[in-house]
Amino acid sequence: MENIQETMGTGAEAEVMVHGDPKSKKFQVPDPIVEVNDANLYYGEKQALKSIYMDIPKNKATAFIGPSGCGKSTLLRCFNRLNDLVDSARVEGEILIDGEDIYDPSVDITQLRKRVGMVFQKSNPFPKSIYENVAYGARISGEKRKSVLDEIVEKSLKGAALWDEVHDRLHDSALGMSGGQMQRLCIARAIAVEPDILLMDEPCSALDPIATGKIEDLITELKENYTIVIVTHNMQQASRVSDYTAFMYLGELIEYDTTETIFLNPKYKQTEDYVSGKFG
Amino acid sequence: MNKYWKSGDPFVWLTGVALMFSLLMIAGLMYLIAAKGLGFFWPSSLAEVKLKDGSVFLGEITGHEKVKAHGPTGEEVFIERTQLKIGNRDLYGLDFKWIDDDNIEDVAYPKYAVALERREWGNMYGFIKQISEGGNVVCTGNESCWAVLESQLPVYSEIYEEIKGIEKGVIGGINREIEHLRLEIRGEEMGGGNEEKIRRLEAEIKEEEAKYREQETKLTGLYSEFGKEVITMTSVDGRDKEMALGSIVRAYRPNSLGWFGKASLYLSKVWEFVSDEPREANTEGGVFPAIFGTILMVLIMSVVVLPFGVLAALYLREYAKQGTLVRIVRICVNNLAGVPSIVFGVFAVGFFIYGMGSTLDSIFFKEALPNPTFGTGGILWASLTLALLTVPVVIVATEEGLAAVPKEIRDGSLALGATKFETTWKIVIPSAMPAILTGLILAIARATGEVAPLMITGVVKLAPQLPVDGYFPYLHLERKFMHLGFHIYDVGFQSPNVEAAKPMVFTTALLLILIVIVLNLTAIIVRNRLRKKYTTSAV
Repeated sequence: MENIQETMGTGAEAEVMVHGDPKSKKFQVPDPIVEVNDANLYYGEKQALKSIYMDIPKNKATAFIGPSGCGKSTLLRCFNRLNDLVDSARVEGEILIDGEDIYDPSVDITQLRKRVGMVFQKSNPFPKSIYENVAYGARISGEKRKSVLDEIVEKSLKGAALWDEVHDRLHDSALGMSGGQMQRLCIARAIAVEPDILLMDEPCSALDPIATGKIEDLITELKENYTIVIVTHNMQQASRVSDYTAFMYLGELIEYDTTETIFLNPKYKQTEDYVSGKFG
Repeated sequence: MNKYWKSGDPFVWLTGVALMFSLLMIAGLMYLIAAKGLGFFWPSSLAEVKLKDGSVFLGEITGHEKVKAHGPTGEEVFIERTQLKIGNRDLYGLDFKWIDDDNIEDVAYPKYAVALERREWGNMYGFIKQISEGGNVVCTGNESCWAVLESQLPVYSEIYEEIKGIEKGVIGGINREIEHLRLEIRGEEMGGGNEEKIRRLEAEIKEEEAKYREQETKLTGLYSEFGKEVITMTSVDGRDKEMALGSIVRAYRPNSLGWFGKASLYLSKVWEFVSDEPREANTEGGVFPAIFGTILMVLIMSVVVLPFGVLAALYLREYAKQGTLVRIVRICVNNLAGVPSIVFGVFAVGFFIYGMGSTLDSIFFKEALPNPTFGTGGILWASLTLALLTVPVVIVATEEGLAAVPKEIRDGSLALGATKFETTWKIVIPSAMPAILTGLILAIARATGEVAPLMITGVVKLAPQLPVDGYFPYLHLERKFMHLGFHIYDVGFQSPNVEAAKPMVFTTALLLILIVIVLNLTAIIVRNRLRKKYTTSAV
């Protein structure tokens, strides 16, 4: 692993960063839904993801942690091909969802994105009513029947623990809600299209502790039915909500294991330093 | 001193003064136009002015000024003089008279002085001598004749309306029908000719011509009724003038009118101004066709410019690969907004009228040639010219609006499986709508005030017909039209009676400003509604 040594510089840490061949050490999870094999991503000349191997288990919460710029959001956005929007981005390697390569040219991106929902760092409700926000996904799939839409909206808002707060003002603008409500609306909007996987890109970074707590409770509930992949900067959050945790650094997957192992008994010193707050 | 400057206080003052100055100029402009324009319709009292040399004049006092003059010994002195609108153009030749104040012996306001607004020759000021019908005197003297006058005038205006209705409506319709048949015959002849059909059409023309003669007889009857009663007026200097009661639009005795009477007269004159057609080479009557033309033109322009501008901006911002070429295009678009409007007019004459118009004529209106249908100025070409003129404004505003739609919202839509088109159509355009409407508001404001390119693309001094009427296809885009901006120029500077038309210039200008404000206000209200709906404020 010369890359790491180069980028990390030399010195005392160097010895702990020799990980060996990543492929052979690919961490085995039960019932994987996403399989990443040797994924590399380049922004023009710059390589942002370096030979990632990882499996993500079905109906569990997996957290990506690591310092800013380590590539965890980039990896997340590979799963719904949102990186395609960046002109200079280029992906190599293999990413399978349910055994199907999502970078295969025959894949319909819109269908993929309906299967892989996403919640963004900054809540981004559309400038429409609460109802229309949640119904948006169904509408673009061609659903026009009001009864069906009503049902979807109610089910999704209940699923996002928002129904009790907004059921009497469904047709008000979504932009009049509080920050936490808006983020839960975005979750409702994402689960309304019934995805298999829900990607969350630092969903709580702009929220106060109470709103954060509500979202975390929600994530715990949601993982019964959805596979959740969450990017977070918050160690406590990762340890609270996730079953598995991946630590990334400078485009590489350093360590991936059960959350318990990563936080209590990490294999690498670098991981230990990061989770204990010594660096990062 | 240096410290004081650095504290920033003088700068605050400077900015404040600059703003104040701008506001004052706008307020001053509005005040001048409003003051000069609004007073025009107020029925002013009739002053009987006796001069020292014994002559006497009756009229409205319209002005007062101090001028330099040469005294008896040749030295410069200032004298004051008063302007009197004496009317009676058929007697005096001139409507206005300046009288030196020094020459005035006495000014009185006679109770019985009557002002008559006539369909021709402008106002008449004087006293009623008698009213007669077919040589028999109906009444004499001011008091009894006034009652007759007041009761008879509405009867005559009804007859007048009827005549107008026949001339413009019925006969206009017959003429149109005849013209239509004639063109059909022409087309038939050009296309080889079906003898039988031509004969049938000619028979139809004969029928229409018979109808026309029928209406003509009816008109002659109405006209003779129109001139039945004759009023004799005596001017203040004792000359008599006879005229048919039918030629009078309105009669009033301003000196015996109370405040309420004057106010209702004022309102009726204002109503006439906005709802009636012009008389007397546009110097009197209303400006309705000009209001109609202005608004219709702006509406047609908006309908054209909005989709074009928005689509162009969408391509530039959403689809085109951002690079040097797009940057050059953007600079060109911005510069296009600064091209003098007359240049667009010239372009429109060459491209729209001579190019597209003539081609349209040679394809669809062959039988009317060499008379052009679309190959001459018309409301369509004028609207298109303005659309061309204002499309950069809409593009720039829309582009700014599109750029301001946050990337997160687009990503949010794409992440839900929407295509780029769905995202643009359902999320981006609605979010940019307030900005798009801002562009439209600016475009409307610019278009309403534009005159120069219109003068060569279809505006006329007097349009015989409105571009919209009850005959198929109802909206006649090829017709020439009247426009308030051009009306101001025409009335103020091309009119045979400039002095009389002066207040009309201000009134029309005021109206134009009001129309711009109303159009803008409508768009602003719509925009604010949308903005409330799409407001991006959180928390």
